[in-house]
Amino acid sequence: MTSPLQQKLKINGPVMVTANRLGDGAVIYRTAAGEWTTEIAAAAIATTADHAKTLLAAATADYVRAVDPYVAPVEFTADRRVLPGNLREKIRFAGPTIALPGA
Amino acid sequence: MYLYDDFDKTLVDERVNEFRDQVKRRLSGELTEEEFKSLRLMNGVYLQLHAYMLRIAIPYGTLSSEQMRMLAHVARRYDRNYGHFTTRQNIQFNWIKLDELPDAMADLASVKMHAMQTSGNCIRNITTDQWAGVAPDEIEDARVWGEILRQWSTLHPEFSFLPRKFKIAITAASHDRAAVKVHDIGLRLHKNGAGEAGFEVMVGGGLGRTAFIGKTIRPFLPKRDLLSYVEAILRVYNQFGRRDNIYKARIKILVHEIGAEAFGREVEAEWEKIKDGALALDPKAIAEIASRFRYPDYERLADEPAELKAGLAADARFDTWFKNSVWRHKVPGYAIVTLSLKPEGGPPGDATAEQMDAIADLADRYSANEIRVGHEQNLVLPHVRQRDLPELWRALDSIGVATPNVNLVSDIISCPGLDYCALANTRSIPVAQELTRRFRDLDLARGLGRLHINISGCINACGHHHVGHIGILGVEKNGEEYFQLTIGGRADEKAEVGALLGPAVPYDDVVDTVEDIVAAYLELRERPDELFIDTVKRIGVEPFQERVYATR
Ligand code: SF4
Repeated sequence: MTSPLQQKLKINGPVMVTANRLGDGAVIYRTAAGEWTTEIAAAAIATTADHAKTLLAAATADYVRAVDPYVAPVEFTADRRVLPGNLREKIRFAGPTIALPGA
Repeated sequence: MYLYDDFDKTLVDERVNEFRDQVKRRLSGELTEEEFKSLRLMNGVYLQLHAYMLRIAIPYGTLSSEQMRMLAHVARRYDRNYGHFTTRQNIQFNWIKLDELPDAMADLASVKMHAMQTSGNCIRNITTDQWAGVAPDEIEDARVWGEILRQWSTLHPEFSFLPRKFKIAITAASHDRAAVKVHDIGLRLHKNGAGEAGFEVMVGGGLGRTAFIGKTIRPFLPKRDLLSYVEAILRVYNQFGRRDNIYKARIKILVHEIGAEAFGREVEAEWEKIKDGALALDPKAIAEIASRFRYPDYERLADEPAELKAGLAADARFDTWFKNSVWRHKVPGYAIVTLSLKPEGGPPGDATAEQMDAIADLADRYSANEIRVGHEQNLVLPHVRQRDLPELWRALDSIGVATPNVNLVSDIISCPGLDYCALANTRSIPVAQELTRRFRDLDLARGLGRLHINISGCINACGHHHVGHIGILGVEKNGEEYFQLTIGGRADEKAEVGALLGPAVPYDDVVDTVEDIVAAYLELRERPDELFIDTVKRIGVEPFQERVYATR
């Protein structure tokens, strides 16, 4: 596998690094302190490809806690709150858009 | 029911222990994800958007009530209280934790259930007619052949790393309920001119990125030769199938590229070498396996008993359900009952733990402890005494599985789509749910007759969109959800791939577009009993295109 540092990474706008938690698959975000969080507000935000690559490389090395990290787009609200940047990430963040039958 | 033996039990138990150790090593960091991934996939464990998903095989769609209760237990204990029946006679749990998976698998193994070969490039769960063994139009119970193939294919060393996944389906009835023509190998058991039963062998069917209908390479294969012939097909595929390009790796591409005739010649040449070897089936071995399928001790009963007639006369809702969801049984006085997992506004194919438990109890009381799962994502009680139907219906109605919409417009096949699936372009469940609300008028639905809508959230086609009478495929356009519509597909003995109707429509328009297609059909059909699929066949796609896109 090519190291994430060698992978081409183009970004158009702010991004974060996200993955699934090893134990239960929950959606997690990489923080600036090199931890993982389920709170998107605490995700480290990169605005350059180099910064995104560095975040991704560190996240990938942390394979005991996280599965398949990747770079995903984010958006900001008017008051600078972080939101997922596309539909897939919105659903990962908020859960299925349907009522679950067993609830 | 089929009685598994100790060999199966040991195999399944050993696999659970092995997996427990693998999970432990992954959690401790001894294994990387790259190393672990193929191991978990061999045990049916996928990682979806929000959690791990476990896919459990239901061989040839047959479940005992004990197994159904265990599925309810797994849903309750390890998941979020529900499970999803798929289009391949599997069930999926969507929220299982990795460290609890070995325990869930051990619980399943206690009732001889497992998740082997529900993933990966191997021979997957063998599927068949959910009415096998009880259908009046079958020549014999196709599950016997499903079981013979299951035993042969389980952990087959030569075929554990095929170029790509491999799916086999069998039917023994005149009406194909198992979609055999869209499988890598489709087998149709039928009788030749001399009255002997044998298989028509079809290869290279399949959906996904490139959809093909299977081609017949042998119109009649004696039963004794089933395993050697299928082995020969797999060998030719294993040798010539492409491993360099995942999109070209399925057998359908090979068959398409070299042609069915050339492919058939290769198979015959290979088969010549092995047909009289160890794989030739001896009638005693076949009889032994057949004897392990247990049928209830059917009572001698007459059709249309007084209890049924009285029930039909007394309750119009029961009458409606009876006409829609109950089918003739091989044995007089009995019936085959379909349980709709497509309630208005519900996710197609989902059942809660409470429903599973209740269905298991009803199977005990009314269906000789047996339940079937069909590829249309509904359940079946296969051995119901007709006199019990009024009582059974009340019980099914009270747990929400008696919507009389089987084979109607709201009996939608849908994949999980972007609400769960990591590969999805778009959602599919909410589209299905909205369609069931839009077509909630069951009188109207009955007036439309048989009409299958199939939805997939991406080109992988788990929702079989190509073979829906109306097919809906999710595609992404500039980050937005769009849907391509096809019409005229079908999955039965006259299988066809649907034709594209026109440009993709955005999420908000897809249900309206389907409504317009249905309106066009009502306008274009020759008679009230000309089915949608027959109208499309007669006049083609264009008249539909004109009407549906005129205002768009
Ligand atoms: S068709 Fe695509 S979106 Fe639907 S379940 Fe299959 S892979 Fe996922």
